[in-house]
Amino acid sequence: MKPGHGEIVLAEGDVDVPEEERELIEAFRRELDAGMWAAVPTEGLAGRREAELVKSFDEVPRDAERVIFFPRAAGGAAPAGR
Amino acid sequence: MALPLGTAAVLLFVLFFELARPRLRRTLARARLAIARARRGHSGESYDPGRERRAEQRARALLRSCVDEEDWEIYNELGFLRVLGPVGAHAGEGPAPYAYLIYPHKPIVAYVPASGELLNEYCVTFPDHTRPFGSSRLPHSDDVLAKWMAITADERRLIGEANMHLPGRQVDPERVRRDLARLSRWERERTERELGGVRAA
Repeated sequence: MKPGHGEIVLAEGDVDVPEEERELIEAFRRELDAGMWAAVPTEGLAGRREAELVKSFDEVPRDAERVIFFPRAAGGAAPAGR
Repeated sequence: MALPLGTAAVLLFVLFFELARPRLRRTLARARLAIARARRGHSGESYDPGRERRAEQRARALLRSCVDEEDWEIYNELGFLRVLGPVGAHAGEGPAPYAYLIYPHKPIVAYVPASGELLNEYCVTFPDHTRPFGSSRLPHSDDVLAKWMAITADERRLIGEANMHLPGRQVDPERVRRDLARLSRWERERTERELGGVRAA
């Protein structure tokens, strides 16, 4: 997710193909170095969908279809207006 | 001798300036335009009036692909997401003691589902750290999805990052109560539709 643009595909590939996996790892590191959070949509224990934050490529489930990067959360400025 | 020459020089200068002024003005305008174009070209961006609309459409599709079908219907029809707490390991153990309403670009509102009592507002943003000054915002549905991912992945962390306020700081409590009433009505109607479908079957 990129502010002002929305979703952008950064990299696509098959983790079972070493060259493609290397590209995916590079893209993953680049985004985390830029301060983004990485999340993988999953299904929770209660059967409801949820997300899992991952901090390294090794934490990404091998069968994950995608990893979504989004800006790190920060406390809002909180103006009093409605 | 010097006075007439000086006067003539001043007159000539003024005359020349008056004659050249329209051309100078055009040259300056062209230069400003060229600089602006160069800046846009440098950043790889140009004004595109449909960009935000397309970004929002992509964001809605992404959100829909991530959340449960029921949650998507709530967002699509009512304009917010509801996340029951506690999230994670203890989810689904009896009725939820609290829940969150996620609005686009507004604080997350915590409330008690059983009574409708509003608990807190959690103000959280997702700023573009690569452009700390004057960065754009995420599309509405991306902001909702970012909050949803952050809260379902690590509820404590997100709440810890957020600025907490009493209800009413940014989100009108009356609006939240109306939204809770709409949500309650929506759930009742959905249940009735499902029961009707079962009876018909």
